[in-house]
Amino acid sequence: MSDLVGYLLTGLGIGSGFALVASGLVAIHRVTRVVNFAQGAFAVLAAMLTSTLLAAGLPHGLAEVGGVALGAAAGLLTGLIVLGPRRDSPGTTPGTALIVTLGLGVLAYAIEVLIWGDQPRSFPGVPGVAEIASARVPAHYLLIIGVAAPVFLLMALFFARTDLGKALSACASNRYAARVVGIDVRRMGLLAFALGGALGGLAGVLTTPVQQVTFDSDVTLIVNGFAAAVLGGLTRPVVALGGGLLLGVTQTLAAGYGGGAYQVEVALVLMLTVMIVQAARAR
Amino acid sequence: MRLVVEGASRAFGGVWAVRDVSLTVEPGELRAVIGPNGAGKSTLFALIGGQLAADHGRVRFDGDPVERLPAHRRARRGVSVVFQAARVFHGMTVLENVMVGAHATTRSGFLAAALRLPAHRRDEREIRTAAMVCLERTGLADWAGRAAEELPLGRQRSLQLARALCARPRLLLLDEPASGLRAAERERLAGLITGLRAEGLTILLVEHDVAFVMRLADRVTVLDLGRVIAEGTPAEVRARPEVVAAYLGPS
Repeated sequence: MSDLVGYLLTGLGIGSGFALVASGLVAIHRVTRVVNFAQGAFAVLAAMLTSTLLAAGLPHGLAEVGGVALGAAAGLLTGLIVLGPRRDSPGTTPGTALIVTLGLGVLAYAIEVLIWGDQPRSFPGVPGVAEIASARVPAHYLLIIGVAAPVFLLMALFFARTDLGKALSACASNRYAARVVGIDVRRMGLLAFALGGALGGLAGVLTTPVQQVTFDSDVTLIVNGFAAAVLGGLTRPVVALGGGLLLGVTQTLAAGYGGGAYQVEVALVLMLTVMIVQAARAR
Repeated sequence: MRLVVEGASRAFGGVWAVRDVSLTVEPGELRAVIGPNGAGKSTLFALIGGQLAADHGRVRFDGDPVERLPAHRRARRGVSVVFQAARVFHGMTVLENVMVGAHATTRSGFLAAALRLPAHRRDEREIRTAAMVCLERTGLADWAGRAAEELPLGRQRSLQLARALCARPRLLLLDEPASGLRAAERERLAGLITGLRAEGLTILLVEHDVAFVMRLADRVTVLDLGRVIAEGTPAEVRARPEVVAAYLGPS
């Protein structure tokens, strides 16, 4: 029993990271129709910068905020490249944009290896072990959950209650009509990319103390994040959140009761199943 | 607003949809643009609203050239567009649909909104009141709290009109607003358009239904094969042989 509680909490912690990446994917896709495969790179860049800032003596909190800010900046830059530099340019087609984001992800590898090398990095998180219902869980997992949960709540409030959030939703619903009512659809797209970058960055910063980060950690994040996001057709934030948590828990349970080597495969099988079922239903 | 189109042209794949079209709509005028299918009415409409860019020619709002501006910036210059298809925002209520338009052009801006400053709260109250007035004018007041996608199609088109009015336009572009409406709905729409005209709003109405526009419009522009073939009061235009020919075919 205590094992199970432990696995569940650990799984929710890891799943929160996936859910953050997935939410970034969904935010960007809803507003711009672009599937952003550079999403994992935001997390890696943020985590790498945080490790450097901590090593340079910055206190916890500040260093993490710096990392998330870099994620947001990288997101904005990706958006500028993907959506085109001109204010009134017709924009890249979503299919082309997907390839561009893939390319940017690979370019990020080169930059990361140049600056930070190819060895795994990490930094300390919340030390110690917490005991909940006689289960022992590394305390940092609780921090991940404790930070991610209010972030999701704030995002929901942002999209439902604020003018800016509603303008983003309007773009997601009907771009033609959004332009007609005076909304700058391209600027909203850039904002979505920056938001996606920040969410990806937060995922990287939160999970690195328990997972380490290397330049190619983005693969795990994007596979799991995409698997979670695709559950809701890349358009439903709540489903993406649930999907991320479910994936985290499933993988931890599989690792705990089975073998630890099959974590990514769990995500891939889930993703394939969802896509096959959706393709069959669409017919 | 005074709308001037000067020599506007737009081609699709080598075929001119609109070719060298010029027209001037005076402030407070209700202008109808009519023409048979494929005459270029919708293309001209999109060139004015900014959904399409012109290959050649100018579009001026009160003298300022706007043909290079994207649609959202033309909207902020005071143009409101109502499409023929129902383009409403799903996942929002009817009231929110109408308010989104007004928010994009609010004075207090996004920062004030994010911080919930008093200026924003006053704006918010004003917009909500204005939005309810627009919903009442279009007969949607009772639906304000419903999800937009739940409305029947005809009502979704009324919602577009309410959204356009809430932005307090100086030029209203209507693309075939009467198509697909029942007789009673059509009468209500005619009454609303007449009322807006009486308030001094400049209106450009693209319409397939000639009878509908002939009794509403101050002046009528007739397009055929992308060119202006006639312009004048409804009575003048009706008497022109080339208009009759365009609609009935050459005799």
